[in-house]
Formats: sequence, structure tokens, C-alpha cells
Amino acid sequence: MADPRRTALFETHQALGARCIDFGGWEMPVQYTGIVDEHCTVREACGLFDISHMGELMVGGARATEFLDSTLTNTASNLAVGDAQYSLMCNDRGGVLDDLYVYRIAREVYLLVVNASRITQDLAELQRLVAEFESTGTVKVVDESDNLSAVAVQGPHVNRFVSQLFTMAGLIAVERPTALEKNQIDVFIFEGKEVYVSRTGYTGEDGFELIAPNDVITTLWGRLMELGQEHGIKPAGLGARDTLRMEMGYPLYGHELNEEVTPLEAGLGYFVDMEKSFRGRGELGYQKNEGPTRRNMAFAMTAKSPPPREGYPVWIGEDKVGTVTSGTQSPSLKTGIGMAYINQPYAKPGTEIEIEIRERRFPAELRKKPLYQKS
Amino acid sequence: MSNIPDHLKYTTSHEWIRIEGDSAVIGITDHAQAELTDIVYVELPEVGRTLAAGEGCGVVESVKTASDLYAPIAGEITEINSALEDAPEQVNESPYEDGWFFKMKLTSDPDLAGMLDAAGYASQIGGS
Repeated sequence: MADPRRTALFETHQALGARCIDFGGWEMPVQYTGIVDEHCTVREACGLFDISHMGELMVGGARATEFLDSTLTNTASNLAVGDAQYSLMCNDRGGVLDDLYVYRIAREVYLLVVNASRITQDLAELQRLVAEFESTGTVKVVDESDNLSAVAVQGPHVNRFVSQLFTMAGLIAVERPTALEKNQIDVFIFEGKEVYVSRTGYTGEDGFELIAPNDVITTLWGRLMELGQEHGIKPAGLGARDTLRMEMGYPLYGHELNEEVTPLEAGLGYFVDMEKSFRGRGELGYQKNEGPTRRNMAFAMTAKSPPPREGYPVWIGEDKVGTVTSGTQSPSLKTGIGMAYINQPYAKPGTEIEIEIRERRFPAELRKKPLYQKS
Repeated sequence: MSNIPDHLKYTTSHEWIRIEGDSAVIGITDHAQAELTDIVYVELPEVGRTLAAGEGCGVVESVKTASDLYAPIAGEITEINSALEDAPEQVNESPYEDGWFFKMKLTSDPDLAGMLDAAGYASQIGGS
């Protein structure tokens, strides 16, 4: 293994006493004060995450919209400039190559935010598909990941201070970040540099993701910590990011998603537009008609038990009906929770299941996503 | 810095042992609880079970991971800290007092030669 890569914020994390782990080839903070504390801070106030490991691919050129419509499951042509959508890239069998966010930042320019572990593959795949799509070279795919860093600032208090970061109105449409609707993006000037600011996140809370050139990210982080101080901001690591997304039932590539599962099996049919042609459409159409044989479901333990973990078998009576893909002890719900692929016909909310943990079985129940809802 | 009381013995797998006559009290160190963070579940051996030194006898789970627990010395389990069932966070808050794991009756003179004193344990965790 090559040495893990470090983000431009690595020294900032060290100074904050972060404990780091390898994540997708990156040395990333897993926690600062503790996962539960950081998790609750995001739910109740505001947390700041370094997500610079995520990949940023730019797709642009006269037929970029048409190209993305033919490549991804969701419909880029439905986006106005300044809008964003969750989408998936599939192989010919309908298996998930990556899940990503598509931001329309100009009429024919898109920013794709992809998983850290998939950047190289996604880039190669998109470039190959572009060459198939048209031979004139008008659509370009460029990897900007090495030039860009990113942070997510998430929680109910974020809207109180985030707009103070910028003096000028956005370059696309809005006056200030808090004027963005959910799933919208604009570009703001910070220290003379363009910063992409979107009202998106991976926590289930209100919040923003900011993508900026490497050389201003440390200043941007410091400024957010300063502005957020009186609103309870704390740095938060990948540990809390993981427990927060599990409470929402959001998939994580490599756990709920891989090349052997389809978006329909993953419960992401909402982000698949079957009315258009795209890569993997044929297989997905077939699967949609037949009905997928398994589905990813959220579950919660219904009695005291060890936390469920990835790989644990799921039982109904003497039938093994599935496998856990992610699990933890939920800091908000104070019980074991997780997600699992469940064979049909059992994948229905309310179904009682058992999770096998170290050769013992513990009762749980399939639930609708999200598991956590703000009261 | 980790708290490492002088009057205890330690293992390289981060358990502490307090010998009291022919019995011993066992827990995990301050360093171990800090490494694990947010402990949410502790699985302890059954009372009456006889364990060999180094035998796996339980699991400590944090939000993020599960770690095995080992018997630092040979003996029979005489008592477990059942308070940890409902309050596993005591291991984080008080690893050497309220967060103890179990008591053992030693089956023979304990072999403390393989164990570390406070200074030895400090240098082990400092050097890692």
C-alpha cells in the first residue's frame, strides 16, 4: 500500500488533537472529542467536517447535458443552472459503479462530486464513455480533485452564521448562501477565489458543503470555526459522519453499494429515470418488471444487544434472509441500528428479524428510512 | 496523557490487574478506553467459568469497533460488574474504579512475571 494521502487541512486536524484513520487511501480524522459528542453536536448545533478526500470531476462542453443524461441514472437535463441532484453511474448490468452528486454550475458545465475511492475509475469510465458518445471531442471530463478541497458544515445552527463568510452576492443567482434552497449551489468569492457553496450534506441536518481551492481551505476552515464559535460549532470526524448517515439510511459506497447491486435493490429507484436511455437501463428495466429479489432496508434492534456490524447474518426463523451492510449504536436513538440486504418477500417495514452476533441471535425490526426524524 | 496507577499490573493487551490475596480484579486501562472511545456494550464471561491466562473471555464494543477481552491470568470468575450492562460508559468515565470488569479467584500463584508495571506499560503505549 502506498502511504495514505493527506488533505490540505491535515495539520489543522493535528493541532485539534484529531485521531486519524485510513479512509479510501486518505489519512482522515475519525474523531476529535469523540464520535457520540460530535454526532450530537451536529444534531443539536453545528459540526465542521473535512471532506477534501471526495473527488471533483468537471464535465463540460456543448453536449455535456446530453452526455450525462445518457450516462447517469438521474436526469441532468431537469436541472436549472444552480441546481443539483443525487445520481448513480451503473455498469451494463445495472450494477452501481459509483453514487455521486451532480451540480449544474453553468449551462453546459457540471461539477460531479464522487467517492474518494472511485475517482480514478470514474474518470477513466467517463472518458471512455465520452469517446463512445461523440468523436468530435466537444465534451471534456477533467479531474479537479487534486486542486480542490472541501468542507461540510452541518447542523441546525449553521444558517445563523454561514452567510457571513462572504461579502459579495453569488455569481449564479442568490444573494447569500442562506438564500439557497436544498440541493442548490452558487459560487461565492472568498479571498479572491471562487468557492462552490451548496445546500447539501450527508447528515440529515440543514447544512452546506463548500468546495474551494486548496490554498484557501485552511483560512476558510478557520473562519467557519470563528464565526460558528458562539453557535456551538465543533470539528467532526468521519466517525460521526458515518453514524449520522446511518440514522438517515443514506448508502455508503463499498457497503450498501457496489458493482454487484443495482440502484433498485439499494432502494434508490427514486434517482433512476426509467423514461430515458442510460447505461444499465436495459437490465434495470428488466429488474423493475420482475421486481428485485432483495432490497436494502434499515433496521433497529428491539432489545438490548451488542451493536450490529457489517457482515452479520440476518435471520427469520430458520431462514437466513440477508446480511448487514452497515451498523452501529445510534447516538440519537440510543439503540443498535443498521442497514441490510433482505431477500424478498421479507423486505417490508415492520418485519421482525434476528441479527446473528457472535453466534447468538438478537431481535430487530425492519424500519422505513430514515430511522431518525427530527422531533 | 493516560492515567496509569502505580499499584496495578498491566498486560500488553491493555488490561489492568489488581491482586487482592488469592483473588484479582480486572479491567481495561485508561489508554484502552480512550483508544476505544464511547463504549456502548460490554460482554463479560459467566460467573463460575474457569479461564486460562490469555484466554478470550469477552468483548468491548465502541460505536466504531468491537475488541476482544482477554483473561490476564488463570482463574475462576467469581463476580462480574453487572452495572456495565446498563452503564457501559462507566468504563470510559472510571476505568480503574466503577468501570472494573470482573473478579477472579486465582487457581495458582499468579505468574506476574509476564506482566508490566506502570512504568513498563507507560513505555509500551508511549512507544507505539
